[in-house]
Amino acid sequence: MTKAIYIMWLREVKRFIRSKSRIVGALGQPLLFLVALGYGLGPVFQKAGQGNYLEFIAPGIIGMSIIFTAIFNGMQVIWDRQFGFLKETLVAPVSRLAIMFGRTLGGATVAALQGTLVLCIAVAAGFRPLWVGVVPAIIVMLLIALLFSALGITVASKLRDMQGFQLIMNFLVMPLFFLSGALFPLNNVPKALLIVAQFDPLSYGVDALRHFLIGAGTFSLATDFGVLVVVSAVFLFLGARFFSQIEI
Amino acid sequence: MANIIEVAHLTKRFGDFEAVSDVSFSVAAGDIFALLGPNGAGKSTTIKMLTTLLHPSEGVIRIDEHDPVTDSDAVRHSFGIVFQDPSLDEDLTALENLELHGALYGVPAGTLRKRIDELLALVELADRKDSFVRDFSGGMKRRLEIARGLLHHPKIIFLDEPTLGLDPQTRNHLWHYVEQLNANEGITVFFTTHYMEEVERTARHVAIVDHGKLVAQGTTESLKAETGTARLEDAFLALTGSSIREEAGSATDRMRSHYQMRHGSRR
Repeated sequence: MTKAIYIMWLREVKRFIRSKSRIVGALGQPLLFLVALGYGLGPVFQKAGQGNYLEFIAPGIIGMSIIFTAIFNGMQVIWDRQFGFLKETLVAPVSRLAIMFGRTLGGATVAALQGTLVLCIAVAAGFRPLWVGVVPAIIVMLLIALLFSALGITVASKLRDMQGFQLIMNFLVMPLFFLSGALFPLNNVPKALLIVAQFDPLSYGVDALRHFLIGAGTFSLATDFGVLVVVSAVFLFLGARFFSQIEI
Repeated sequence: MANIIEVAHLTKRFGDFEAVSDVSFSVAAGDIFALLGPNGAGKSTTIKMLTTLLHPSEGVIRIDEHDPVTDSDAVRHSFGIVFQDPSLDEDLTALENLELHGALYGVPAGTLRKRIDELLALVELADRKDSFVRDFSGGMKRRLEIARGLLHHPKIIFLDEPTLGLDPQTRNHLWHYVEQLNANEGITVFFTTHYMEEVERTARHVAIVDHGKLVAQGTTESLKAETGTARLEDAFLALTGSSIREEAGSATDRMRSHYQMRHGSRR
């Protein structure tokens, strides 16, 4: 069981480290957001009396790169189905729970790694985090990554081909990102938007990152961790269930 | 010799379509057994049920005395499989694909290395073990899949159209490995194919299905005698008719449309 979890984890990590284009591609977008928004909107943000925008969005952009990488990785179940490798794991004498768990952990590791890389890029772009907060922030990254990897596998287990992928990107990933408070403070937004943001688990992930990296946040750290852990558990459960129901 | 595969009154329905209906046969341990039939006859569905990927609607299966539904892990340990379509991870090397399989099947690390070397030598891929699978030709992928299917010392190997799309040289080699394995390790071989000369060369027992039903079984000789034909191909045509079957759709298509009916189209 542990061996199976480990080998599935290792597979995800190896595939990630080897695909240089994927790493570079996945870093380009956060860099663009940091530079264009951080420097572009920075003066407006400052004039509004909200402080340094680059500092504010850096945790949000880290959250963005994690959710994109994690869900994308979870969706790899669909590729594996199309390229046949999924069958190999489905006839193996290992519980599907172990397979799913290994994949999720692998996807989460990869996404947290990506988040850490984005943190480095942000530092290079001028972001100055609270250095004592970096290690706890990486733990938060792992938790966010775990949650969205599990979500990716949950969704992918129900899809038969790549045609649903665009749908998922536009109607799930993008809203999760844009409505999360990754790009704007949730303190003064209209009530309706705040309510929506409160249903978005990424809001709490980004909030926890802000607590550790810039020492400010909307919710309490306890709330952030509570929501992340509970929602992760729910998607791990659902993902394991749906994954074990896959028929080829 | 005891039967390692027992199938009794096996039926699989997708909605109101019966992909496999009331099929019974058995395979003796150490046998080389061919399951034949036109496209959409139910061969792949049968293999999926034998290998725990699908649950039968009715009937009983025993693989090495275990039930694929209630005791799937024991069944999964007992067989290796080469699927109709490739099932390798193209982004890993040949060796890594085998190591992954070894870990999933719990092959002890001490013996794994030796077994891998032995099998790579058998399928003549020893010098390519560190190459990525995506750089392999179709024939090389097939050979690697055979090696992988045998890694955990299974008692049975299922080969679902293993020679589809391969050149005569590769096909010849592939059957040579299979015969060697059968002779040396006593492994039971269960395969499907559309190439009748492969059946005549390799199979000791044959079952023919058509429209989900078993229409004949025996040896290649007995089937030819039964139909009064000189070649197995003619016997096959005599038993299953010569009309083309594609219009019925393969079982996979049926399953897919049934799945979509139940769960709504995901387009």
